[in-house]
Amino acid sequence: MKLHTISLFLTLAAFWLLNSGHNTLFILLLGLASILLVLVIVHRMDVVDHESQPLYLTRNIFSYYLWLIKEIIKANIIVVKHIWLGNQSISPTLSRIKMSQKTDMGKVIYANSITLTPGTVAIDLIGDEIIVHALLKKDIDSLLAGEMNRRISLLER
Amino acid sequence: MDMILNISGALCLLVGSFLCISGGVGLLRFPDFYTRMHAVGVTDTLGAGMILIGLMFYSPDFLIFSKLVIILLLTLLIGPTTSHVLAKAAMQNNLKPKLQQEDNIKETSSSNY
Repeated sequence: MKLHTISLFLTLAAFWLLNSGHNTLFILLLGLASILLVLVIVHRMDVVDHESQPLYLTRNIFSYYLWLIKEIIKANIIVVKHIWLGNQSISPTLSRIKMSQKTDMGKVIYANSITLTPGTVAIDLIGDEIIVHALLKKDIDSLLAGEMNRRISLLER
Repeated sequence: MDMILNISGALCLLVGSFLCISGGVGLLRFPDFYTRMHAVGVTDTLGAGMILIGLMFYSPDFLIFSKLVIILLLTLLIGPTTSHVLAKAAMQNNLKPKLQQEDNIKETSSSNY
């Protein structure tokens, strides 16, 4: 709880400093006051916890981001290729995909990563299954192969 | 040094514009709602991303650079959320996607919708 408050304070302070760019004492004090006000409100709402400040993710998230950026670039090239090739070259598919994540955070990261990658959109989440619409059948096949699923399960621990 | 920054910025902007135009062409060209959404995905992620990265090369100081980074992160979070909401709303209002094999729509939709 204490750790989450500190991390929220640092995030808000960085956000204020980067957005304002004024370093006079008066403005900085106003910033401090508004950050403290936000902290009080957030504590009364009882939303400062591991869900809004997922600190346990920071160990592995950066290597996952690098991998995700690589995947996004690859998927972008494929989708652009099929846009210019036209309608005959695509094979839209709707499919259910099992996921092995236990926490809500893991499920959300998985669904968001699927939608972020062009060519696949997560439509619905039912239990431990996710309904995915894909532009190409082989996108579904590569999701079924489970590389992304495995990497996100690694993040959870 | 200035020359290198200029050229790489211009290159990123060019690639980003091409990706955005491709996304627009796909939006007009693809057969149904769901496939069109995939075309928009290109504009959302790498199109906007490359344009923002190109602008980062031109940013005169650190503050503007960091604001561009914040905009990039926001787009990357908001893009998937909006496309998911669109897709889910379409699905719940019984807009059936055009699929390659007609049989797999039954197995995925019969139990839920």
